[in-house]
Amino acid sequence: MEAITASPPPVRGFLARNQWLLARRTSQITILALFLIGPWFGVWWLKGNLASSLFLDTLPLTDPFVLLQSYAGGHAIATTALLGAITVLVIYALIGGRVYCSWVCPINIVTDAAHWLRTTLRIGANWQPRKGTRLWILAASIGASAATGAIAWELVNPVTMLQRGLVFGLGLAWIIVLAVFLFDLMVSRRGWCSYLCPVGAFYGIAGKVSLVRVSAVRRSACTDCGDCFRVCPEPHVIVPALKPKDPQASPVILSGDCTNCGRCLDVCADDVFEMGGRFGKRA
Amino acid sequence: MAEDGSNKPGRRQFVASCLGMAGSAGVLGLLLGTYSEQSKARPAWAIRPPGALAEDDFASACVRCGLCVRACPYDTLKLAELGDGVTAGTPYFVARQVPCEMCPDIPCVEACPTGALTKELKDIRKAEMGVAVLTSRDTCYAVARGANCRACYLACPIKDEAISMERRQTDGRGYFEPTVYRDKCTGCGKCEQACVTAEASIKVLPRDLVRHDRPGGVGKKV
Repeated sequence: MEAITASPPPVRGFLARNQWLLARRTSQITILALFLIGPWFGVWWLKGNLASSLFLDTLPLTDPFVLLQSYAGGHAIATTALLGAITVLVIYALIGGRVYCSWVCPINIVTDAAHWLRTTLRIGANWQPRKGTRLWILAASIGASAATGAIAWELVNPVTMLQRGLVFGLGLAWIIVLAVFLFDLMVSRRGWCSYLCPVGAFYGIAGKVSLVRVSAVRRSACTDCGDCFRVCPEPHVIVPALKPKDPQASPVILSGDCTNCGRCLDVCADDVFEMGGRFGKRA
Repeated sequence: MAEDGSNKPGRRQFVASCLGMAGSAGVLGLLLGTYSEQSKARPAWAIRPPGALAEDDFASACVRCGLCVRACPYDTLKLAELGDGVTAGTPYFVARQVPCEMCPDIPCVEACPTGALTKELKDIRKAEMGVAVLTSRDTCYAVARGANCRACYLACPIKDEAISMERRQTDGRGYFEPTVYRDKCTGCGKCEQACVTAEASIKVLPRDLVRHDRPGGVGKKV
């Protein structure tokens, strides 16, 4: 048993309370900037967009979900695209599949903004789709691709539409982005990223084995304040690690739904959580 | 009724909810499929880059990454934006605005990671982006007015092979007619861009729009 400290935990400053959020925003903006310094300043470190790109004119990167739909649509996979997709899969298998969602995806900034405004305005209306909905949408996308011989989800995908739009020209894609914003704001709390988006569902599956994981290492220090549950976009992932039925259970959050956003580390005043390895130390 | 346990509320509810989700996914799949099928229609003014697979195969091959656009040294290619009328994210060019310069090393094909622009195209002269067609004989200066205009002919990078000015006679009136040879024309669009009439009288059309049942050129060599 750990000794329980008598004095209250020291007051944590703004940086301590927001360091992971700030790191995440920096990452999202940096990745977007890497795509933009080409067309804006002629610095071509990263060409293309999130669907497929070329890093430093040598390393191909391809979205495996888009490529899977292409394959389902009947197109034989080319070597460059395959190498790119494997590279991307390996990266996310190491750092966490849904790191794509919280550290890369530009729509995350939109839905986080909607969630912030929703909380600020105290909008209560909330329609929650069933938890597995995004998996069915994932299946429907692949099915539609196979049936029509086209990359079906890319016709409506707000993620690539926004990112491609920012890099190549937005057109009317802002309407789709606005629709996602309003959906998350007025209709469904964290509706898009946590319930509907099949891209996140795909990366969630891909990242089931990932090495980097959040762990509730000091769960004995938990004061049941509920801050982490309130801030987490996928609160169900916390329960088995923080409040397991078996006290010997691993404190590592193993669900592929966890986006490794690190917001729980930010908000926990009792320093329960830690970003670490899948096989990290026990409580 | 509930002896064998198959009607336990928990299981029944589970099966019902699974069926509901599968049904919703099916409906979504059908909607997505219909939209996807619809989106394969491409307007005739949108010309695909050299080496592009037939439109049906292109829809599953192109991942909309824009690497061909980045590779194009003349800013000919652009990625369709939502609302352009071309499947969003796919590359195209409008010949009247910026035609294809037919680079011998075909950098756009080289850049394509998926083979949507097929690397089987090694010689840019074998490209089949489209075919130039004299769409308005009644506005063409050379044909309708017997003028000595041959802007399209002069603009063609493979003149005398893909296009020639052929001497014709109608009602005793002599004139020269721009005549395209379909098997040589790559559809680069230089002729359409160069045409001096307000609306181009010669236009590049997607190959599948042009009749294929006649031997020889679009216009026959006399």
